[in-house]
Amino acid sequence: MSTQRVIHFQLNGEAIQVRVSAHDTLIDVLGDQCGLRGARESCGQGLCGCCTVYVDDKPVSGCLSLAWFVEGTSIRTIEGLAQNDCLDPVQNAFIEAGAFQCGFCTSGFIMMTKKLLEIDPNPSDETIRHYLIGNLCRCSAYPEIINAVHLAAQKLSSAQN
Amino acid sequence: MSHVSQTHQIGRSLPRLESLDKVTGRTEYIHHLRLPHMLHGKILRSTQPHAKIKSIDYSAAAALEGVYRVVTIDDIKTILPHPYYGPAFHDQPVLADGKVRFAGEPVAVVLASDRKIAEQALGLIDVRFEDLPAIYDEVEAAHSTTLVHDELKPAATFPDLQHLKGRRGTNIALDYRLRRGDVESAFKKADYIFEHQFRTQQVMHTPMEPFVSIADVANGYATLHTASQSPSFVRIEIARLLGWPENRVRVKVPFLGGGFGAKLYIKLEALVTALSLLVKRPVKISLTMEEQFFMVTRHPCTFDIKSGVTKDGRIIARECKVWWNGGAYADIGPRVTQKAGFTSAGPYDIENVSIDSYAVYTNRPPAGALRGFGAPQTAWAYESHMDLIAKELHLDPAQFRRKNILREGNLQASGTPMRDADIELAMDRVIDHLEWNKPYDRGTHLKRRGRGLAIGFKGITAPTTSVAIVNLYADGSCALYISTVDMGQGSDTVMAQIAGEILNIDAEKIKVIHPDTDVTPYDMGTLGSRSTFHMGTAVRLAAEDAQRKITELANELGLGPHSNLSLADMLKKKYGMQAGNIIGTGSYIPDYQKPDPSTGQSTKATPFWGVGASGAEVEVDMDTGEFTVLKLVNIADVGVPLNPQLVQAQLSGAGIMQYGFTITENMVFRDGQLTNGSLADYKIPSLLDMPKDYINETTKSYDQQGPFGGKGAGESTTIALSPAIGNAIADAIGVHIHDLPITPEVVFNAIKSARAKVGVS
Repeated sequence: MSTQRVIHFQLNGEAIQVRVSAHDTLIDVLGDQCGLRGARESCGQGLCGCCTVYVDDKPVSGCLSLAWFVEGTSIRTIEGLAQNDCLDPVQNAFIEAGAFQCGFCTSGFIMMTKKLLEIDPNPSDETIRHYLIGNLCRCSAYPEIINAVHLAAQKLSSAQN
Repeated sequence: MSHVSQTHQIGRSLPRLESLDKVTGRTEYIHHLRLPHMLHGKILRSTQPHAKIKSIDYSAAAALEGVYRVVTIDDIKTILPHPYYGPAFHDQPVLADGKVRFAGEPVAVVLASDRKIAEQALGLIDVRFEDLPAIYDEVEAAHSTTLVHDELKPAATFPDLQHLKGRRGTNIALDYRLRRGDVESAFKKADYIFEHQFRTQQVMHTPMEPFVSIADVANGYATLHTASQSPSFVRIEIARLLGWPENRVRVKVPFLGGGFGAKLYIKLEALVTALSLLVKRPVKISLTMEEQFFMVTRHPCTFDIKSGVTKDGRIIARECKVWWNGGAYADIGPRVTQKAGFTSAGPYDIENVSIDSYAVYTNRPPAGALRGFGAPQTAWAYESHMDLIAKELHLDPAQFRRKNILREGNLQASGTPMRDADIELAMDRVIDHLEWNKPYDRGTHLKRRGRGLAIGFKGITAPTTSVAIVNLYADGSCALYISTVDMGQGSDTVMAQIAGEILNIDAEKIKVIHPDTDVTPYDMGTLGSRSTFHMGTAVRLAAEDAQRKITELANELGLGPHSNLSLADMLKKKYGMQAGNIIGTGSYIPDYQKPDPSTGQSTKATPFWGVGASGAEVEVDMDTGEFTVLKLVNIADVGVPLNPQLVQAQLSGAGIMQYGFTITENMVFRDGQLTNGSLADYKIPSLLDMPKDYINETTKSYDQQGPFGGKGAGESTTIALSPAIGNAIADAIGVHIHDLPITPEVVFNAIKSARAKVGVS
């Protein structure tokens, strides 16, 4: 159907090579070829955040990123957050705060929260609301998500002290 | 054996049992499922709202490299002579059958191993239409000679719809009636008569996981993997379509990425089954977000309400005429018409009531159940109406409601007595939160403030059945087999808590087996706030049955009543090794009396009452119409919250969803074409939209019939929220909005017209 090429990238620390078509999105490749389920396509327009992954440590919408261009990059997904069966503090905070219902958007929220706390370790409600504007939760676990971000901030700061 | 729990499971704010999977991206959704040799289907949709199909030329599409096959209804009919489906009416063809009835209706499917190729091929199909006159408005359609269907085709599963069979020349799929007292004479006795019309808009569920189903039909067996809220119904309906016994159809449902009533009854399942039967390979169809707008929506509604009121503020008569815009296919609309119909006079003790509620076909995308089953649309009307009357009579809106409110033991309009419905208590709590009786700062002439409240209730779909199995394995560990679908509401967790409470097992140690109709027993569906009450009771009965069997086993083994031998040891003693099971079953159907068809009267119309009260404080920019909801309060009577954290999440989440339906969400049509069918243009609430002061609480209540005093919680906060905001806006600007949604533009125009009326520029 279209031109193909083999691309190479790091996926959660593991070297990967896959054959992709020019039109394949990153989310297609992660789901169809790498067998990952955490990032999901929902709106297909980069508006809902369900497909959020990091490319070279920057959060992107997997549904709008062409796989062709991730050659040589390092990609991190929700599956790569827990280290040696030990959850990331953000993941723990989401459980404790009950910050999800159906869970379809949760990976995206967790990835963005982790990024937010790298930039601002103690964000205000206002900052949280603005930073997470690109993530939609139709179950509307929003109050719990705000609580989870604060809780994660506490966990991270007490881990550092 | 002691029946007293050592560990209380009820009332625990236990995190969801599947929490770890949900934060690590491992949750099982159909979204990701791929079967060997599977084909992807992409749907070509109608561009016309109402037209005959003159021809479909798909030769170019079929010739595209990688396309397996293009399928139209002619192909389907070679294997299924009557490929029509639906829960209430068998009116929907799996693909358009000579005619399209809404823009967006499926016309053909391209099958390919690569879904991108299937998508590409859609553009190569040429369909020629001959346009027919179309009808979009529910009130017009009710009287129109433009007909969406030639003949009504009620499903045999609903005996009360059989009188509609073969009815021709109408778009009214169902006319529901309720008559209580004598409305006409009461209107003559009333000191005042008030009449208003209210309308609500078409909105969509927007689950983040779009519709997705896979069918694998081969060798006389059909297996469906589907994101469905009602696996048992899917099995029954697919078996009917195929003409096969139920035991040849298997329906499996893991977790759902949201449902909200969208994924109910039968949706993509009929189409994928027909396709798989045809091509003898597994077929998967995943909709895009844009396509979801063409699957099912919430009914737009027009509501004419008329009340007769005495000088002292007693409502003595109310007449309701409600038209539900069901779109091109009935889906469960006729049930919405009945169930929301019987409560559409509101939670008030009114002696004379007349209700006519009509399910109407139009050339729009179909409408079905959406979190409230019609209750939010009717409450928008009756609660806005209440405030308009209160204003005219110079009565405090809370006092006016209190004068008329339904209390424990009062007969609701259907003749069913109110039981365990703390409507007034919920309203009182809203009043407290709003500090209703204190002086109120109304802001400035540029930024005007206002506040409003509303109450509402809903009946629950009846009669419906749930069946549960508790299985205790040889080591004493426990699994629960239920067909309730966990779509985010937390049913796995709550059901495990109920079983654990009886069996003295920590809920987190219980495995909940997800719906698989080969394995889990019947459940009518995960809908209408029914699971906690119905399935919860079935689980309680199943656990009690297992407990009884354990006691019997102890007796059989000659153990005394105070034996501390564990179940595992008892089974070992009986079988001589780690073997055997204890299986408890429970089945529950609540009492119900079928309403009289001509009067709607019944002594038992609902198993319980959903109750919600809401309050809002707003600030309106009087120059632009822009407004902010400063405070939003929802109080619900959910009986005993079996898991307080999950209940809280349901109340809060349902409230925010309804908030979207109140202020932003609106499917906008032009000449039958949806103009804003994507998340870019159809705006659902984000974190930024959430009111900053947002309160959700439960009343301290107990439902006598529910398991451990609990009842449903998923819809209570959707009922009264919109009119609470509408009433607050009216309080601020002095004029009532009659149509949802309430956008800044609508408010601006309302302010402008009010000023024009009093001659102020």
